[in-house]
Amino acid sequence: MSAMAKTSIHQTDLARKRLARRKAKEKRFRYAGVTAVVIAMVMLGWLVVSLVGTGYTAFFQHYLTITVTLDENILDPNGARDADQLRKANYRKIIQQALYARFPEVTYRRSKRALFQIISASGATNHVRKMVYQDPNLVGRELTIVVPVSDDVDQFLKGYIDRKAPEELRRVSDQQIAWVDQLVTSGELVRKFNWRFFTAADSRDPELAGIAGAVVGSIMALGVAFFLSVPIGVGAAVYLEEFAPKNRLTDFIEININNLAAVPSIVFGLLGLAVFLNFFGLPRSAPLVGGMVLGLMTLPTIIIATRSALRAVSPSIIDGALSLGASHTQAVFHHKVPLAASGILTGSIIGMAQALGETAPLLMIGMVAFVTEIPTNIMEPASALPVQIFLWSDSAERAWAERTSAAIIVLLIVLISMNAIAIFLRSRLERRW
Amino acid sequence: MKAASTNYISDLRLKPNMGEVIEMMASAPAAETTQAKFECRNVEVFYSGKRALHGINMDVPDSGVTALIGPSGCGKSTFLRVFNRMNDTIPNARVAGQILMDRQDIYGKDIDPVLLRARVGMVFQKPNPFPKSIYDNVAYGPRIHGLAPRKSDLDTIVEKSLMRAGLWDEVKDRLKEAGTSLSGGQQQRLVIARAIAVSPEVILMDEPASALDPIATAKLEELIDELKEKYCILIVTHSMAQAARVSQKTAFFHLGDLVEYDDTQTIFTNPKDQRTQDYITGRTG
Amino acid sequence: MQQLLNPETLIGALLIIGVVAAFLYGRGLAISRAQLTTDGARAHSLPSYHGYFSAWIVALFASGMIAFWVTFSGAAPNFVFAILMFCALALSFSIINRLLTPTFRARNHVERFIGGALMICSGVAVLTTFGIVLSLVFESLQFFKHVPILDFLTGLHWSPQTALREDQIGQSGSFGAVPIFTGTFMITAVAIFIAGPIGLLIAVYLSEYANKRTRAIVKPMVEILAGVPTIVYGFFALLTVGPAIRNFAEGFGFSVPTQSAIAAGSVMGVMIIPFISSLSDDVINAVPQTLRDASFALGATQSETMTKVIFPAALPGIIGAFLLAISRAIGETMIVVMAAGRAANLTGNPFEAVTTVTVQIVALLTGDQEFDSAKTLSAFALGLVLFVFTLVLNVIALLIVRRYRERYE
Repeated sequence: MSAMAKTSIHQTDLARKRLARRKAKEKRFRYAGVTAVVIAMVMLGWLVVSLVGTGYTAFFQHYLTITVTLDENILDPNGARDADQLRKANYRKIIQQALYARFPEVTYRRSKRALFQIISASGATNHVRKMVYQDPNLVGRELTIVVPVSDDVDQFLKGYIDRKAPEELRRVSDQQIAWVDQLVTSGELVRKFNWRFFTAADSRDPELAGIAGAVVGSIMALGVAFFLSVPIGVGAAVYLEEFAPKNRLTDFIEININNLAAVPSIVFGLLGLAVFLNFFGLPRSAPLVGGMVLGLMTLPTIIIATRSALRAVSPSIIDGALSLGASHTQAVFHHKVPLAASGILTGSIIGMAQALGETAPLLMIGMVAFVTEIPTNIMEPASALPVQIFLWSDSAERAWAERTSAAIIVLLIVLISMNAIAIFLRSRLERRW
Repeated sequence: MKAASTNYISDLRLKPNMGEVIEMMASAPAAETTQAKFECRNVEVFYSGKRALHGINMDVPDSGVTALIGPSGCGKSTFLRVFNRMNDTIPNARVAGQILMDRQDIYGKDIDPVLLRARVGMVFQKPNPFPKSIYDNVAYGPRIHGLAPRKSDLDTIVEKSLMRAGLWDEVKDRLKEAGTSLSGGQQQRLVIARAIAVSPEVILMDEPASALDPIATAKLEELIDELKEKYCILIVTHSMAQAARVSQKTAFFHLGDLVEYDDTQTIFTNPKDQRTQDYITGRTG
Repeated sequence: MQQLLNPETLIGALLIIGVVAAFLYGRGLAISRAQLTTDGARAHSLPSYHGYFSAWIVALFASGMIAFWVTFSGAAPNFVFAILMFCALALSFSIINRLLTPTFRARNHVERFIGGALMICSGVAVLTTFGIVLSLVFESLQFFKHVPILDFLTGLHWSPQTALREDQIGQSGSFGAVPIFTGTFMITAVAIFIAGPIGLLIAVYLSEYANKRTRAIVKPMVEILAGVPTIVYGFFALLTVGPAIRNFAEGFGFSVPTQSAIAAGSVMGVMIIPFISSLSDDVINAVPQTLRDASFALGATQSETMTKVIFPAALPGIIGAFLLAISRAIGETMIVVMAAGRAANLTGNPFEAVTTVTVQIVALLTGDQEFDSAKTLSAFALGLVLFVFTLVLNVIALLIVRRYRERYE
């Protein structure tokens, strides 16, 4: 009944053994692939978790409600109420007195100093100064203010300082903990959403620092970059794709653009420093220069995106328009460019997102200044969001790490939104051919 | 049911001709011991749920060349890929029915497609040598299957395979050169040598001459004629002349159906079905 | 309000008004003159093209006048300027009036102008490259006047402190850049060592194993890694990875600083993963399906097909991808600035702090600077090295990838 005269060498036991080995290898290879994917995902997850974990508490801040007496003898001994005096007056003493009044049992000098350290000294004095300066009639009256507590107390209340740790190892003393506990129980010390983080510029004190200045700087620089790179980039792409003759010069421009796209960003910073600052004498640290550098940097991205968007439009559109008697220029601008608009827009948004996250070139042109005011025009010194993150990351205190992470969360949310908008626009505006 | 007799032929259409078949085949030495290498029972193939083959029943003899012909899109290539389970590599493709190879279901749980494909070689439409040397192309299969424990064994396999594919004399001095440097006809014979090197029992050929010039085609057909002594060959072809020249049995497919399956002689001289007649006389296709 | 009334804004406003008026004038002229023609012949160009042409003439004359005034007088705009400006506008309007007949080929002129403007746009990209090359070369030459180029490229000691007093010239820092180069290469090597296998395996998994749905989820997730700003990676390295490596090493009794080549390199590796994976994914997908089919038909498993057929076939493209990734790693700044340290150690130990070209550029150029000190200028010399090196890598990579694509097209 032997139907087969011979048995194939692939049906022997040996072949089966070899197969088992090969299958095992196959499985290992596959697992290696899965592992690689998992590692990448884990790194992404670790990044996000560690940043969010460190940063989310920065969106909250503890505030102390305190009543201060605006003693005329301290603030304005000669009663003239002139602006200069009101600006220079000793508000610090006012605050100190209010705190000592709240805790009358504190008498030692050292204890008094410790007591004063639980609130943000400059935060409270600046707040009162501003109010009095705006309304000099307040002098002599009582005023209830809400001031941020110092960063150490804030960190303690957020649970980052262990009260069980030996006193000499923590930045908050037993005495201060007792006061803080008392204020928390009485409801004078409460946790609130940290609006200041979004409305204030940089500060030396973490509890007062915000990202508004940096955000405005970033918006200005991005605006300049946008108005520089999008028109020029789209123009260059349209020229290369539709008008340029095929010759050596065009080839050279093409190679040039491809290589420009891969030039390290810091080199663009060097360009900005040597040309814009030293040669043209533009101001250091200005969003104008930052925007110009970022604009040149995103130029290749936009050119490449626009060209592929133009290429995706069927050439029959041009033929159709030409056959109706349109000139080549009309055909391109009336038909092809509008059809490529969604691709151009998507490319521009992605280019801008890249520019927003870029730090190194801004360091080169001095946008690392410590700026405590929100900039009002593009020639003023300003910082940018990623640079602000870089500046804050240098400080070792827990309160700064928290704020750095929070600023990163804001940056990432903006970037994710920009990319999401780009993806949405692409899917929404894309035409099928 | 796996022990079904190999001698009966299921397709009713074939039964009246059996005597003739054996008579006709008598001249071809390999056809004497006609046994079914493959028995197909109600084979259906679906692509993304769409049925491309409708219940094919067909026995492929143990030796000789079987040609699959029909207009494009008729399912002949799809059917060919059933025999070495190449359809497995296409996502959303599904095969139903039963294909027995030596009375063993090749879609059964105990069959590994990897070993099946070692037993059922395949040659594609366009020559597709790997971007490696001629030697490495042929040695690829034996290496992955672990057929040659020593280098000298591998050399022997490569030489034998190239000889059998009729390529040895042309390439023996340049085994280190890239397989892609050969001419189209040589590449196709290299690919055949590559398939032979694994010691298959069956060789599937999917329009192997469609990318070749007439001289290379003639050489290839000559080679097929020699190979049929040792291997069961299934060939899909567009050219009816080629089917007539190289095959002993021919199956005509139309729109996913096996219309007629018979001796090549009979199909081309005395087709039973009108559709077959129309096709071979050039009225459709 | 006062700010808005200064001469510059007034001139700007007048310029805009003049241009708009010219557009309307030209268009109106074209319409009225076309109606006047009695033979019924159509005007050559649409009225709006006459308008655009007029606007362009006015803008040209007016801005030419402003440029003339700024270069040759330099004084603040005054009465003389106003008269000159008025003359320029009058001249341009009279030219418009003379030129715009129905047969005037306004469209061709406007289109030629558009073509020229577009060409200038693409010239900006070239200009940028020239700007980069010129500024780097110029400043570097200044630097090489202070420090011989050979000393810079082969010196083993880097401490760019300049002398505090005039008479300290003997100790005005040393500019041997070798420790910087070795540091750069070590960090790059660590990054590629991590990103290479992971990126490649992801590419293989996504192109050969993953089904459509897994691919649709995993691919964008991996690409997010490329979209995260480098400053974020830098802080991640500083805040999390550096301490984690230090703690891990301490568990084995080693002492590793928080800032080390391994911390910076591994985080940079994570950043580079998507570059390698998506570029390799592209080249793997470009390998023709027929080769896969051939391998499967011979009874090869997927991994055998991958490692023995696809991978060798895609090798040139993969090498290109690696070169691009290396160039990216060398030019990366923020991660190393934050996580690698600034000490120019000449060491082969990845667990020590090293410095890189980009870190030194940042260190040399942030803060106060005088432009003629060797310390500041050395940053440009480093920048030149960086630029040339990445450029060469990119050119080679693009050539390899292009040749590879042509092979399978």
